[in-house]
Parts: sequence; structure tokens; C-alpha cells
Amino acid sequence: MDLILFLVFAGLAVVAAINVVVQRHPISSAVSLIAVMGSLAVLYLLLGAEFIAAAQVIVYAGAIMVLFVFVIMLLNAGGETKAGRSFVASLLGVPVLFALLAMLAYSTARIYPRDPEVHFGGFRGGTAEAVGRALFTTYLLPFEITSILILIAIVGAIVLARKELE
Amino acid sequence: MDSFIVISLIKIFVVFGALMTILAYLQWVERKLIAHIQVRPGPYRVGPHGLLQPVADVIKLITKEDLVPPYVNKTLYLAAPFLAITLALLSIAVIPFGPKIQVAGYQTWMQLTDLNFGVLFILGVSSMGVYGIVLAGWSSNNKYALLGGLRSSAQMISYELPLSLAIAAPLLVSNTLSLRKLVDTQDGWLWNWNLFHGFQYVSFIVFVIAAFAETNRVPFDLPEAENELVAGFHTEYSSMKFASFFMAEYANMITVSCMAVLLFLGGWVAPWPAAYGSGYVPVAIFGVAGVITIWRGLNPRRSRDRFTFPPFGVVFLIAAAVFLVPLLQSALLPLFWFCAKTGAILFLFIWIRGTLPRFRYDQLMGFAWKVLFPVAMLNLLATGLVIAMSS
Amino acid sequence: MMGHVPLSWFLMLSAVLFSLGVAGFIFRRNIITMFMSIELILNAVNLTFITFAYQRQQVAGHLFAFFVMVVAAAEAAVGLAIILTVFKNRGTLNIDDLDSMKN
Repeated sequence: MDLILFLVFAGLAVVAAINVVVQRHPISSAVSLIAVMGSLAVLYLLLGAEFIAAAQVIVYAGAIMVLFVFVIMLLNAGGETKAGRSFVASLLGVPVLFALLAMLAYSTARIYPRDPEVHFGGFRGGTAEAVGRALFTTYLLPFEITSILILIAIVGAIVLARKELE
Repeated sequence: MDSFIVISLIKIFVVFGALMTILAYLQWVERKLIAHIQVRPGPYRVGPHGLLQPVADVIKLITKEDLVPPYVNKTLYLAAPFLAITLALLSIAVIPFGPKIQVAGYQTWMQLTDLNFGVLFILGVSSMGVYGIVLAGWSSNNKYALLGGLRSSAQMISYELPLSLAIAAPLLVSNTLSLRKLVDTQDGWLWNWNLFHGFQYVSFIVFVIAAFAETNRVPFDLPEAENELVAGFHTEYSSMKFASFFMAEYANMITVSCMAVLLFLGGWVAPWPAAYGSGYVPVAIFGVAGVITIWRGLNPRRSRDRFTFPPFGVVFLIAAAVFLVPLLQSALLPLFWFCAKTGAILFLFIWIRGTLPRFRYDQLMGFAWKVLFPVAMLNLLATGLVIAMSS
Repeated sequence: MMGHVPLSWFLMLSAVLFSLGVAGFIFRRNIITMFMSIELILNAVNLTFITFAYQRQQVAGHLFAFFVMVVAAAEAAVGLAIILTVFKNRGTLNIDDLDSMKN
């Protein structure tokens, strides 16, 4: 059951990621990136990271990508024009890509001869309570620094994007 | 394992069927209520008191010509209403309607699934709901639709912030993210509800205002107002796709009403415990309604009422009798209280639609960022301070 | 065995997504698409963090992923504001046309 879930959503993530890179109009890339983030959220749930999965959907797919989609719609610049593509390069590139992937799979299998199996419920420490507890005790300093970072980003974005005062 | 799947499938069918019927009849309730607020009868021709009007509307929408204009971006145009309605219905999956019940020997909760982080799930689904609107506006290739889509989605993401902060305050009080446990912490008497805890009424007000803006209801419905922007983001849509956007809006309304009930008004818990007789309230209400209806049927104001009112009176009296059966009481009483409270919030939605004018767009956005967001943040700080100092 | 996923598959998926992001960053000429490839890279790194958190049964990996998410949000906000300004001044989103500092 977990295997089927992993295969379906990992396949969806890879196909959507290829779509992000290959599509000409940025809006199609943006929608494919949202699909990648959604499938990654499901994989996070499989790994027991329930708070991070919810944060991925709320923050990444629900806010950052909306920002991207807004900017693409406001600029309305249209799709990229096809630059000179060399047929020989793609003829050579795809087999080399598969060969490298096979090498990667083989070396990973060599490093992890008996790797732990991931199943739903194998890690129960990813609840909001556990993350919150660690966030406000062990990792308090990075938390406060990131809040200042967000404040700087807000001020910077507003200053950059406002109309020039004559 | 098998019984779990079978029970879940049965629950899905029941909830889906009930939800679709409620969506259709919510529109009837809205039209009748707004009509009476504006001192006119509303739909009364199609069936007794216009009760078959939703059926007529469904038939009309299905048989309308399904036009796909040639200048639209086909993939996104077809995907947008599908996305909108799917996400709107998805959040009903974690809402609990009642406690554990026993049906034919199987024990099950009146909830499709309970998640440990149910509140975060609903927040996530509502933030993804922006995409249905913004992609509809973009793919229509029409400047009114694009403007309406951009405005609507900017409004939705701006009001998501006060909504999340207003949700966080009662979560601090109840100390859980699971919707089932939220209701369990409000068990007991009327003053155990989260609404009466300290100053959670501020959170409630912020939540209701932000919920109005999230669901694009008056007074925040400029992006889809007919007399300002042609029809906003659904200008180029017809028939079933247009119906999907409509259904998605009403489903979102039901979801935020259910959230308000679960977070602030105690879910399915009666205002006073059943030991003191709160089980007889639905019997009393339906009994009185049935008696009045039958009496009106016998002394009618209009001659048509002699035929239409008595059947309704009989139905109300049968409903009152059903609430007296002890076997069904454990399932029906919590459901009655939950539906009554959700109905009260939906009545508030419709009442405000019939009463208030709409905001201008810059007033709307200014209100979100300059008034509602600071108030929500201060409320959260104050709640956290009170909780930290009292424990 | 049926129904369990080896941990190394998650790491391989992360490597594939990372390399797709790098390829998108190198080969595309539209600034916004390049930015989206960077987000893809950050997501792949998040997956690696969460995978190792599962292996070590600690929650620290989740915290790392959370901070990566926050920094990516701040970066997206400022980066998109910069892109808007560049488009207002140059009128183009093609990164090859932004060469005014070339000799």
C-alpha cells in the first residue's frame, strides 16, 4: 500500500518536474511546480512529517506559488521563444542521462545494503507538538532570526516594487 | 480492514449525498430569506413555496449549452472549476458531525476521517482554493475575468492571515489541532464553549469577518459583483462549469460555518447537559412548528395553503416523534445541535448579504492589512499571555 | 516486504529532482522559470532532510526543512520584486538581454 502510494506520487513529482523545465510558457511551469509540491507533501506524510506536509501545502503551494502566478499574470510576457536547439545534443544527452541515473541507483544500493524500510507510522515524532517544542526550545535563536529575516524581506519587497514618488 | 473500507464508503456516500442536497437547498433558503428581507415573496411558483426551484435550476444548468470559447487556454479553462469544486468538497472530509455512534453492531464516529492536524488540513485546502479562481480568470483570456480573478485571489490571500490568527487563538485555549478533541474540550455547559472564554469573542468576530472575505460574500464580493466587473472571474463560463463555481462558493460557506461552530460554539455539544433535559429541545421545536403549521393549514391566509401546509405540519410532527425514540437519540441529538448551530451561522451569512452594501476594493484591502491583521495579532498575543500566566 | 519503501528510493528521488532543477536553471532563459527551478532545488533538499530525519528518528530534520521553507519564502518575495523592477526598466524577461554591464 505504501509502495503504491510512493510510486504514484514520486512518478507524478518527476513528470511534473520535467514539465516545469520543458514547458515554454511560465504559467504552465508554475502549475506543474504546484503539482510537484503537492506530491512532495504526500511523500512527507509517508515519512511521518505531518506538520511539514501541512506547512508545505499552506506556505509553499498556497502562498509562494500564488506569488509566482501573480507576477507571471501581471507581467504577461508570454512564452519563451525557442532558441537554437541542437538535435545531436539531445541525441547524445538522453542515453547519457539514463546511464548516469543507473550509476546513481547502483551506487546508492551499494552504500545502503540494508536500508531501513519506510512505512506509514514508522516515525511518530513529526507532530505539530514535537516540532513546536523543538522550535521554541532548542532552535529558538534561528526562529527569532528568521522572523527578522522575514521583516527585512517585507520591507525590501515593498521598497522595490512601489511606484516612484515624483 | 474490510469493514473499515465498507463503513468509510457508506459514510462517504451519505455525507456526499446530504451535502449536495444541502447545497441545492441552501440556495433556496438564501433566495427566500433575501426576498423576505426585501419584503417580496421570492420563488413561490415552482412547487409549494418554491421548494422545487433548486430542481428546476439544476435541470436548467445541466441542459444549457456547454460553450468552450475558442480563444481560451483549454487545459486551465477546463481544470479550474474542477479544482474549485474538488477542494471545496475536500474540507468536509475532516469535519465531525457528532460523537461515536453504533450502527448495526459497528462503532464509528460521525466523521469521514480524523486527522491529528485537522485544522491545518482545512487551512491548507482553503489556501489551495485560490488557484481555482485565479486560473479561471487567467485562462478566460478576457480582461474583466483576469481583473476579477486577480482581485479575488489577492483578497483571499490577504484575508487568510487574519483567518489563521483568529483560528490560532481558540486552539491555544483548547490545546489541540484535532477537530474531534476540540469539541471534547468544550463539553458540558454553555459557558464551556470557547466563545465565552476570556475575550475569545474578539477572535470570533475576526474569524467571521475574515470568513466573509475568504468565501467572497457580501460585503466583500466586489470581485464577482455583476454590476462592477461584468461577472468577475466566471464571465466566460456556462452551464455545468459555472454551476461548479457556484457550488464551490456555497460549499466553502458551509465549511467556514462548520469551522466556526467547532472552534467557538462547541460543535455538537448541547448548551446544557442531556441530564437536565436538553434532549427535549428538538422535540419541542418540531412539535410547536408542526402544530402552528397545521393550524395555519386549517385557517389559511391564501387558499393554496389549505393543501400545502398540512403535509408539512405532519412531517414536522413525525420529526418531533423521531427525536423521542431512544435508539436514535444518541445519533440524532448531536447532529441536531450541530446543524442548528451551523444553520445559525449560515443565517448570519445570508442576513448580512441582504442588509449590507459592498466595500470598494481599496477599502477592502486596506481594512484587511491595516485593521483586521493587527487586531488578530494583538488578540493572539493577549490570548497567549493569559494562557501562559494562568497555567 | 510488500508495502514498504526502501529509504534509498527517497534519496534517489531527491537527487533526480535536484538535477532537474539544476538543468532548468542552466538551460532556461526566462528569469521566472529559472527562479522556479531554484524552488525545485530547495524542495529536493527538503525531501532529503525529512528522509534523514526518518532514518535517525529525530525531529531536527523537520526543523531544518521548516527553516529552508521560511528562507525560500523570503527569497521569493524579494526576488519577484526585483524581477518586477527589472521588467519595468528593461521590458524583457530574457536573461541574455540583461548585459548592460558587459564591456
